[in-house]
Amino acid sequence: MKFTLSWLKDHLETDATVDQIAEALTDLGLEVEEVVNPASKLETFTLAKVQSAEQHPDADRLRVCMVETDEGVKQIVCGAPNARAGITVVLAKPGDYVPGIDVTLSVGNIRGVESHGMMASERELELSDEHNGIIELPSGEVGQKFTDWLAANRPEAVDPVIEIAITPNRPDALGVRGVARDLAARGLGKLKPLEIPAVEGAFDAPVSVTIDPALKDKGCPLFAGRVIRGVKNGPSPEWLQKRLKAIGLRPISTLVDITNYFTYDLNRPLHVFDMKKVAGNLVIKPAEGGEEFLALDEKTYTMRAGDMVICDDNGVESLAGIMGGEASGADEDTVDVFLESAYWDPITIAATGRALKINSDARYRFERGVDPAFTLPGLDLAAKMVVDLCGGEVSNLIKDGAVPDVSRAYRLDPARVISLVGMEIPEATQRETLEALGFTLNGDMATPPTWRPDVLGEADLVEEVARIASLTKLEGKPMARETTGVPGAILTPMQQRERMARRTTAALGYNECVTYSFIDEASARLFGGGADATKLENPISSEMTHMRPDLLPGLLQAAARNQARGFADLALFEVGPAFAGGEPGEQVLQATGLLVGYSAPRDPFGSRRPVDLYDAKADAEAVLAAIGAPARAQINRKLDAWWHPGRAGNMALGPNVLATFGEVHPKVLREMGVKGPAVAFTIRLENIPFPKKKGATRPALEISDLQAVERDFAFVVDAGVEALTAVNAALGADKKLIESVNVFDQFTGPKAEEQMGAGKKSIALSVRMQPADKTLTDAEIEAVSKKIVEKVSKATGGTLRS
Amino acid sequence: MQELREKYLSAVADVTDEAALEEIRLAALGKKGEISLKMRELGKMTPEERQTTGKALNVLKDEIDAALRAKKAALADAALDARLREEWLDVTLPGRPRRQGTIHPVSQVMDEVTAIFADMGFAVAEGPQIEDDWHNFDALNIAPEHPARQEHDTFFMHRDEGDDRPPHVLRTHTSPVQIRAMLEQGAPIRVIAPGRVYRMDMDQTHTPMFHQVEGLAIGRDISMANLKWVLEEFCKAFFEVEGVELRFRASHFPFTEPSAEVDIRCSWEGGSLKIGEGDDWMEILGSGMVHPKVLEAAGIDPNEWQGFAFGIGIDRLAMLKYGIPDLRAFFESDLRWLKHYGFSALDLPTVAGGLSR
Repeated sequence: MKFTLSWLKDHLETDATVDQIAEALTDLGLEVEEVVNPASKLETFTLAKVQSAEQHPDADRLRVCMVETDEGVKQIVCGAPNARAGITVVLAKPGDYVPGIDVTLSVGNIRGVESHGMMASERELELSDEHNGIIELPSGEVGQKFTDWLAANRPEAVDPVIEIAITPNRPDALGVRGVARDLAARGLGKLKPLEIPAVEGAFDAPVSVTIDPALKDKGCPLFAGRVIRGVKNGPSPEWLQKRLKAIGLRPISTLVDITNYFTYDLNRPLHVFDMKKVAGNLVIKPAEGGEEFLALDEKTYTMRAGDMVICDDNGVESLAGIMGGEASGADEDTVDVFLESAYWDPITIAATGRALKINSDARYRFERGVDPAFTLPGLDLAAKMVVDLCGGEVSNLIKDGAVPDVSRAYRLDPARVISLVGMEIPEATQRETLEALGFTLNGDMATPPTWRPDVLGEADLVEEVARIASLTKLEGKPMARETTGVPGAILTPMQQRERMARRTTAALGYNECVTYSFIDEASARLFGGGADATKLENPISSEMTHMRPDLLPGLLQAAARNQARGFADLALFEVGPAFAGGEPGEQVLQATGLLVGYSAPRDPFGSRRPVDLYDAKADAEAVLAAIGAPARAQINRKLDAWWHPGRAGNMALGPNVLATFGEVHPKVLREMGVKGPAVAFTIRLENIPFPKKKGATRPALEISDLQAVERDFAFVVDAGVEALTAVNAALGADKKLIESVNVFDQFTGPKAEEQMGAGKKSIALSVRMQPADKTLTDAEIEAVSKKIVEKVSKATGGTLRS
Repeated sequence: MQELREKYLSAVADVTDEAALEEIRLAALGKKGEISLKMRELGKMTPEERQTTGKALNVLKDEIDAALRAKKAALADAALDARLREEWLDVTLPGRPRRQGTIHPVSQVMDEVTAIFADMGFAVAEGPQIEDDWHNFDALNIAPEHPARQEHDTFFMHRDEGDDRPPHVLRTHTSPVQIRAMLEQGAPIRVIAPGRVYRMDMDQTHTPMFHQVEGLAIGRDISMANLKWVLEEFCKAFFEVEGVELRFRASHFPFTEPSAEVDIRCSWEGGSLKIGEGDDWMEILGSGMVHPKVLEAAGIDPNEWQGFAFGIGIDRLAMLKYGIPDLRAFFESDLRWLKHYGFSALDLPTVAGGLSR
């Protein structure tokens, strides 16, 4: 919403400066986006008078002028053809910035003659494109500020343009008068009265209007108009054109400019039909669907069934409340005009405008809500303006429907206002505020004015009082905690777990990423997603069409991007939601780490090796340990399709998968453009059972003074036998005595097969036995060892390696 | 005797390796060594002779033994010195490589915000990111025809044909968490709700996903003045400055009444932002008193309870505090960016230890 200061002053009697007004507007909730004040760049210039102008001794086209200024007579060299004795000019002194030439003046020397300033042209001051000579003023005193002279003689040249942002609840502020009313309520001036003329119809209108019964209750409660005959349309007067231009509107013709003026001045959109182009009577009705309509924006729209339209015998002439038609619009030759003023239902207008994608000043206002009670006064005020500017005579009023009753009242509770806002606003001030805004107070009941459709409850009264009182003045008041003493923990166990998983993974050397929650369909499909349930109806790009089913695809894409930039070795992770479905809550929390390339940069020690699944496993185990997962989970290979079928595993408690680790399927890497090797882990944070809370106390530490014994065993087993089978079997040999079993070597491959037979490998275990009450004898150790060999051989089908 | 002494001591002095030294020891003090043999002869002497000669022999034996031991230690030292001279390594070579992980600024700032509000008695609430339109809009007093609801910036989820429910949305703000938290806990309540939100906007300064933190405090007499204090305290703590100045400006949000945009006093002098000084104002958040209809929708009697809510952009807070220029880079996972703007894993912000280093 844009307006000029002088326009505002049509409605507001005020001495406030533009800065004061701008500050108040922002504070009132009418946020100033820009103030363009043409005077600000002209502040330094003063009026001066040329006493004499002599030929420059060394330049044909220059004159040396003696100029009377407020600082005495100065010598100025000037090249303008009209520089001559006796004229009043605009003086720029050394030190002044001249906007039109982007120069800060200094004392000059022009071909040997000193020059103390310049006399400016209109273009040099950015007043117009005029540059044939310097400005000659018809009046003014030496030393007078040029801006003062302009304010008195050419006010539009220094009329500041103010642009404000209007929140959707303030349709009333879409008219200059509404803005003025807010400022008056704030105490920045007085709202001038708006006089509604009594318009007497001079003749009966030769047209009637009818609202289809289907629309009378909701879409169009009131449609009114007057015919004005014998008008002379043409360019509108200069003052009107200047105003419209100042706010960025293009003047078209007097009739059209009047409708635009009312739209911005009083938030009363109007429409004019050329009577000679209207056939028969006007009917407001729902479109049947399929009708074509050429609108004033020169585009053709096809009506949907039910769109509210204004028709005559020729068909659709106007898209009600949104845009008029090209066929019946007023032009230079219009003689008889139908001036329309109607009240349209905001929801209906919004729906139609949205469906047809038409943005217009009328739609913008009607869908936010114009003042229904002003429909007829606005019509008469406009009719008078038409007659004043274009001549002609006005018909009687024709209308259908009635002004809808929007009256309602809410209780003003001054104590509640104070309690909610936290500011001492006396009751009298509260009441004055509401009255200044147009509310009617009856006891403690306040009836909002018809132009404030947004006021729908007591809380809105509070807001009005608060914003006029000024929230800038609000002072903070401490708010104590609800509990006293040391505050307890506030994070839930799951929130703590998420935080711990994140920080542990970072501590393991991974860089945290935050990737988008939506990915492309192809990537989603690679990870078990891509179903319609997780599809966005209106994605912003083809790369972001589906909710991610897993965190890995986002990380793999990130890896591919980094590889393209020349970073081949990566450790990336993310902790966040993956989406199993499209319903609220079908969201799971994952912590996913991805290792790509080599374990380390090249170094003199040979540290560098390709990352492998055991890196991912170790990191997964570290994170699981940090978040308190049970120490021993089963490992199974019921893998999702995006894992390498032979080089990945799930850590599970029965069917409950806690985490997956391993190599990413090579096909997935290829599809996603990642150069391998790539290994990853995914921890399903919500699947991990919380330990049963036993307080902070740890169990007592049991340590033995007795010597532990370590014995090593190597078994020859089939190559497909898993080490864990052997480990578990060994542990089972004597649960009390055996403290731990570690795999310390494995021997596989062709050389191993050469030694041990085809399809065989060897696994070496180190078993640690910790006696509790007495040192082990050789015989006891021998007995346990024998049992270990038996158990492992039985479980693995292997033999002790000799 | 004197002769023997001279002989062995000079031999010990001249020896250069341990093997030769051992030979000398055997020759002198070994079972068949010269001194040992002389010792054996003592038996044949008279007691008087035995006493004087025995004593002298013992002194000589000890002397030679001491010389042998000293020489042995000296030889060992020399050998060690020689070995150490061989064991020189280039200490300017790099240490063994170790990966350095980082925490994303969004996570770090969320932890900072959580630490501050925890101190003021706020818990952390969460809610789903695919949200139904009731929680995202209706319950927040955004009527179906409200322009904010129709504006093109909401992501809608697909609806199968025949499923006539209104489509779910990707939550456009963290405000629906207010509703869920109030329905779950009732009043009084103090929570913040940090998390991802989604709007259909992508340009220089917008990304279709970003992060917000919602704040909600409902009590018997919580006022807008309390809101201002809480926000002042938050900004002071978050930006780690002595004082801040906030300016409330009237505004409009469907779910609060009265509503205010909040600006913070700042300076952009020299291109860098300083909070708490200067002549500029920067808008940092929207806030207000929770609308009675919102309280009602969340099952709380607005005649009994009142309070405030606010919403702040987390990514924006991170950009302002840490001087990160471009929002889009937050979600691009460029390794250089992650390392440059990331935080150490152990850099957990606390009120006790300070929020940033």
